Amino acid sequence: MNEIIYAFIALGSVALLFATLIFFVDKKFKVVEDPRIDEIQEILPGANCGGCGYPGCRGFAEAIVKTNDFDKLFCPVGGNEIAKKAASIMGVEVKEKLPQIAVVRCNGSITNAPKKSIYEGATSCAFANYLYAGESGCPNGCLGLGDCVVSCTFDAILINPNSGLPEVIEEKCTSCGACIKACPRNIIELRNKGPKNKRIYVNCINKEKGAIARKNCNVACIGCGKCVKICPHEAITLNDNLAYINYEKCKLCRKCVTECPTSAIVEINFPPRKTEIKNTNEIEA
Amino acid sequence: MSGLKTFSIGGVHPHECKFTAKKAIVTIPLPERVYIPISQSLGAPSVPIVNKGERVKTGQLIAKGEAFISANIHSSVTGIVEKIDDWIDSSGYKKKAIIIKTENDEWEEGIIISNEIKKDITLSKEEIISKIKEKGIVGLGGATFPTHVKISIPQGKKAEYLIINGVECEPFLTSDHQLMLEKAEQILVGIQILMKALDVDKAIIGIEENKPDAIEKLTNLSKNYKGIEVQGLKLKYPQGAEKQLIKALVNREVPSGKLPIEVGCVVQNVGTAYAVYEAIQFNKPLIERVVTLSGFGVEGGNFLVRIGTPIQALIDYCGNKHLEIEKIINGGPMMGKSLVSTEVPVTKGTSGILLFTKEYSHRTKIYNCIRCGKCVSACPMGLEPIVLEKAVEISNWDLAEKYHVLDCIECGSCHYICPAGRPLLDMIRLGKNKVNQIIRTRGN
Repeated sequence: MNEIIYAFIALGSVALLFATLIFFVDKKFKVVEDPRIDEIQEILPGANCGGCGYPGCRGFAEAIVKTNDFDKLFCPVGGNEIAKKAASIMGVEVKEKLPQIAVVRCNGSITNAPKKSIYEGATSCAFANYLYAGESGCPNGCLGLGDCVVSCTFDAILINPNSGLPEVIEEKCTSCGACIKACPRNIIELRNKGPKNKRIYVNCINKEKGAIARKNCNVACIGCGKCVKICPHEAITLNDNLAYINYEKCKLCRKCVTECPTSAIVEINFPPRKTEIKNTNEIEA
Repeated sequence: MSGLKTFSIGGVHPHECKFTAKKAIVTIPLPERVYIPISQSLGAPSVPIVNKGERVKTGQLIAKGEAFISANIHSSVTGIVEKIDDWIDSSGYKKKAIIIKTENDEWEEGIIISNEIKKDITLSKEEIISKIKEKGIVGLGGATFPTHVKISIPQGKKAEYLIINGVECEPFLTSDHQLMLEKAEQILVGIQILMKALDVDKAIIGIEENKPDAIEKLTNLSKNYKGIEVQGLKLKYPQGAEKQLIKALVNREVPSGKLPIEVGCVVQNVGTAYAVYEAIQFNKPLIERVVTLSGFGVEGGNFLVRIGTPIQALIDYCGNKHLEIEKIINGGPMMGKSLVSTEVPVTKGTSGILLFTKEYSHRTKIYNCIRCGKCVSACPMGLEPIVLEKAVEISNWDLAEKYHVLDCIECGSCHYICPAGRPLLDMIRLGKNKVNQIIRTRGN
């Protein structure tokens, strides 16, 4: 019986000693952390996608508490809602940002840009880009090997087997920008989602001269400048044989879409045109 | 000749397929137009100094290499500069090229066309180096490193051996072999010139045992030249790689990330030695080279081709119209690169053009890695290709760097030996590229 008591006393006193030691160490070396970091981390999506530019959601929460600069810090996945919530925790107001979406600016599908060679190397756009201009011969066009698909954490971008081009699924895309970094040819761009998801953009990034670009692809931007002239809002600029529509200035009037001789400018999610319906009626009549 | 030597780690034995061996070098007629890319050697592209519409003579300087690692480029025909425009080259992209419409073949003044063998070396060491630079000589083994840079020994270093690469370990290629047979004496004089420029008194020519005639010829002739020795080598790929050749011939190992001069060696190709001979003795710039055209069932041979000749002209000259060619490789089958167009011109680095029909042009199906370790034992640099492949696949550049991805010489032995047909070399090349980029940004 005595042995049990001795053991109890010995172990108990050791435990007490360490407990007091730990208590004082805890008091002395306590890490004071802003409780708001935890609060903000709680409301973040928790995908750790890195779209904000920080290593995961915790890093982003720390950055918010540290800088309190909502102009530069933005969670593309959570969007305005989370920005508002985080701002209320920090006790500041935020301006709303327009929602954005990833846009693939290449229309060099199998039919538009026929294959001139067969690529059998490693399934990696980065390597194919390092190796040569690609199966269609366009040095800027999509290689279709799916580096963007691999990079997407949200399954929001998939290669369409019919066209061989990646397609962004609007409902799933969080505009985190992972695909933009993955694409070795900088084809993908973040653009404003637009009112009712309506968008107009130049579906090409080829900077070669018109005739050379057209040799590889039927729907290449040839840098003719017609769209620049017709645009009433001065939203289109032409640099190195390539037109670019500034989404901040574009009023979605669609004049450039009809003007483009190679249909390189595309409109997304617009209702069918009235004039077109009229034309068909006339033909029928 | 003492016993045969070879390097110790790794290596593979691909089929030799030297169908065009002992076919005499044939000069092909001038093409209608030549397309001379301004970036033909390692380093910075040269700067064009001619304008559209200008008339140039054969051998005239048309683009100047202004950077330290850069080489001069000379016109390979006499004619009118049609334009300076983008033209597809062996990189697979369009790069700037000088396009000249051929009129005739009138050589620039001062260049002597002669088959005589001129043995006296009258120029001094400095004069030799500056002349090599002026005449745009680059390493003709394939890496196209400007020769004047290679033979300018940095301060504090001393070259002991000049190693001459007559290995030609790539299957199919026979251009160096034929050059050794036909121009042996000239090559030996070229070696003497290089020895003088480098201030070394010992040169070793390494030749693989599948070229006994070349070994015999050079051994006999080299007796008349002081300090030149011919060494036979066992058959093994990639013996023609700089570091492997040094290991085989003088049993020294170049440290990781360092150049051969670190162990007192300078390696030059036999083709380069011949080009140096012509440049120094006859003022002739590097405007033509020997190219092997080969392939299974292909009417091929060894051809003396002007730089800038489109590959189509070479194929047409041989008349292989009955073949349905599916794949064209620029260089050897192990390290060469497929071409997407026959408009690609022959450049200073083109050692061979290989044509393949459908039967031989496709890769095998890719299976999962079975961890057999064949790639590890085949790697002549002692790397672990399987680890590097995985590191690149998951974009772990730190891991790739840690496993010395930059030491890969891209010989393709791992890819050749892999029973699962995995694209090991593709991934390693990508990794090298990325890691290089990362290191460059780190430096800033």
